[in-house]
Amino acid sequence: MKYVDEFRDPEKARMLVDEINTITEQLEITQQRPLQLMEFCGGHTHTIFRYGIEQMLPKSIELIHGPGCPICVLPMGRVDDCVTLAERPNVIFTTFGDAMRVPGSKKSLLQAKADGADIRMVYSPLDALDLARKHPGKEVIFFALGFETTMPSTALTVLQAEQDNIKNFSLFCNHITTVPTIKAILDSPDMKIDGFLAPGHVSMVVGARPFDFVAETYEKPIVVTGFEPLDILQSIWMLVKQLNDKRHDVENQYARIVPENGNEPAMDALTKVFELREFFEWRGLGSIDHSGVKMRDAYAAYDAERKFTVPNLKIADPKSCQCGEVLKGVIRPWECKVFGTQCSPETPMGALMVSTEGACAAYYNFGNLDELLQKRETVNA
Amino acid sequence: MTRQAVVNFHQRSGKCNADTITMAHGSGGKAMRDLIDDVFVRAFDNDELNKLEDQARFDLNTLTALGDRLAMTTDSYVVDPLFFPGGDIGKLAVTGTVNDLAVGGAKPLYITCAMIIEEGMSVADLRTIAASMRQTADLAGVKIVTGDTKVVPRGAADKLFINTAGVGVIPAGINISTDRAQTGDVIVINGTIGDHGAAIVDARGDMALQNTIETDCQPLNSLITAMLKVCPDIHCMRDATRGGIATVLNEFAQSSNVCIRLKETAIPMRDEVRGMCEILGLDPLYLANEGKIVAIIPAQAVDKVIEVMRAHPDGRHSAIIAEVTEQPAARVILSTLFGGERVVDMLVGEQLPRIC
Repeated sequence: MKYVDEFRDPEKARMLVDEINTITEQLEITQQRPLQLMEFCGGHTHTIFRYGIEQMLPKSIELIHGPGCPICVLPMGRVDDCVTLAERPNVIFTTFGDAMRVPGSKKSLLQAKADGADIRMVYSPLDALDLARKHPGKEVIFFALGFETTMPSTALTVLQAEQDNIKNFSLFCNHITTVPTIKAILDSPDMKIDGFLAPGHVSMVVGARPFDFVAETYEKPIVVTGFEPLDILQSIWMLVKQLNDKRHDVENQYARIVPENGNEPAMDALTKVFELREFFEWRGLGSIDHSGVKMRDAYAAYDAERKFTVPNLKIADPKSCQCGEVLKGVIRPWECKVFGTQCSPETPMGALMVSTEGACAAYYNFGNLDELLQKRETVNA
Repeated sequence: MTRQAVVNFHQRSGKCNADTITMAHGSGGKAMRDLIDDVFVRAFDNDELNKLEDQARFDLNTLTALGDRLAMTTDSYVVDPLFFPGGDIGKLAVTGTVNDLAVGGAKPLYITCAMIIEEGMSVADLRTIAASMRQTADLAGVKIVTGDTKVVPRGAADKLFINTAGVGVIPAGINISTDRAQTGDVIVINGTIGDHGAAIVDARGDMALQNTIETDCQPLNSLITAMLKVCPDIHCMRDATRGGIATVLNEFAQSSNVCIRLKETAIPMRDEVRGMCEILGLDPLYLANEGKIVAIIPAQAVDKVIEVMRAHPDGRHSAIIAEVTEQPAARVILSTLFGGERVVDMLVGEQLPRIC
């Protein structure tokens, strides 16, 4: 298939892997411990597992799968809020499909739907707005979530609703931001990460400049990365090259999509509708300052949190869950006490088991489970 | 009117003049009889059915002449929408049951048809579906010999659900079973994967994709007969319906306690299906098929089997997609087109609801 196969060429992959091998062997770090590189974005995690990239890399490189899956990091209390909104009479609650299975403290949206709530899967916020047009007697609420990648389309939908004077449409806004979260990871005391693959589609909106602090303040190399397997290998090669050259720069591997300064019209729409929250709760990571956005006062009429009452309770993650340590790379997914036993994609306890982009679900689905469980026994013994 | 004319008129085959199904069509009274006569019996039309007994009756001697074991299966069809590119629920209901018999090596003979109809269903659509069932039954060489009709109130079902059960005979010497895969065996498929799942997604129209993917829904008994002719010792065979080829291969690997090594580059797939999977983030290995079999055969028979498969209209794009090895047991491992390897597990949850 044109424009796809070129980015999956096994011959080029072998060349890159050979180069990565050679450079990694020369690195000072790898003489003492494996190199830890974090891909922040869940989309990257998915590609890495889907194409078996981890097994192609030398043992001296460990990939740490970061918190960049908005489904995975959604705290339980917010899911409960969704269920409360969805179960209100006269409401059509609309959501992206993969959010349906995220467990709340009592139930997921999927269970709420089975109990009779009118919950519908949509593929775009504009589909939700269409539903509002078609059902003027109903309140249509869209469950807005995702990083800067999905924020512009939500913002434009709100602007469209305003322009068309549609009053029975609102957002339950759970959008989160990338930069404060990477900063929180970098500030955590047990952090050992040597370099970052920066999220490609977030950067398509915000540009590469917001990541300058990673290189300048924290002196870590970071490469804006695309989502095809060769993109990932090339970015890893760029990272090890920086480490070998003792450089720490922001580089853009995904230049075919990511302009240096981002997408200005998208940023305009986004800043018109949203402003930073003081803090936002992340499942597994806790509260992070300025890591979420809310709707500006001018758009309060479209804000489900203000239009309706939501309980907004903070629900603690299950104690046995070690998602936070996995997210920071302190332990590997399969080293978690409940991985693959109490916590599986069928009955996820922890956030990382929920979406296919979550690190634990990826290991569970694409890894050799028996082998991983055995490894865990060895580690814990 | 003479007395005889009145009797004849009274006993005439029923005629259903209604446009839509009402609760009366399930009441057991005249409206139901008219519906059954006019829509179903007229379409299915065969000696066993036309007797309109409460059961179909078969001559045992005729059955035993065909083999030494009876095979029986049942399946319910709830696909949404009822009509989709290349097929409809009726075609699916016959095909699915015929194929479930055929993959066990059985010659499919008779099937049943139970309809659960939602009040308000269009009679014209029912006629189209019944005609499609007959056409598919003829193609597969089976007869629809008994049935049942129920009508439920609006909202208690979605338009139409069909259950079919089937009976067939397995010839002596055929022994196909999921636990017979052996190290060294080779795995073949009769064409492109994921066509049915993709066609249904497309037909629902809610993804706003413009596409031309048709379902692969087709009876496979003729192809399977041809395969068994050159290789009576097929070890394992299943049709890869819900859950796709990934699910079937996992069933084989687990039952036989072997490793199945799948080669991504060898798996036939239409560009349209691949494109749709790329856009929607679906894994084609888990996409449903309704006209694809996955068979595990001894390596020495593979050339002959592939040759007859490719010569058959239902197997033109047949390919060897995997081989059976010893370790890691009970696992399916995919060599990715990128040169990596990964485990292909059973699907957790669902990719797409109500596809068959």
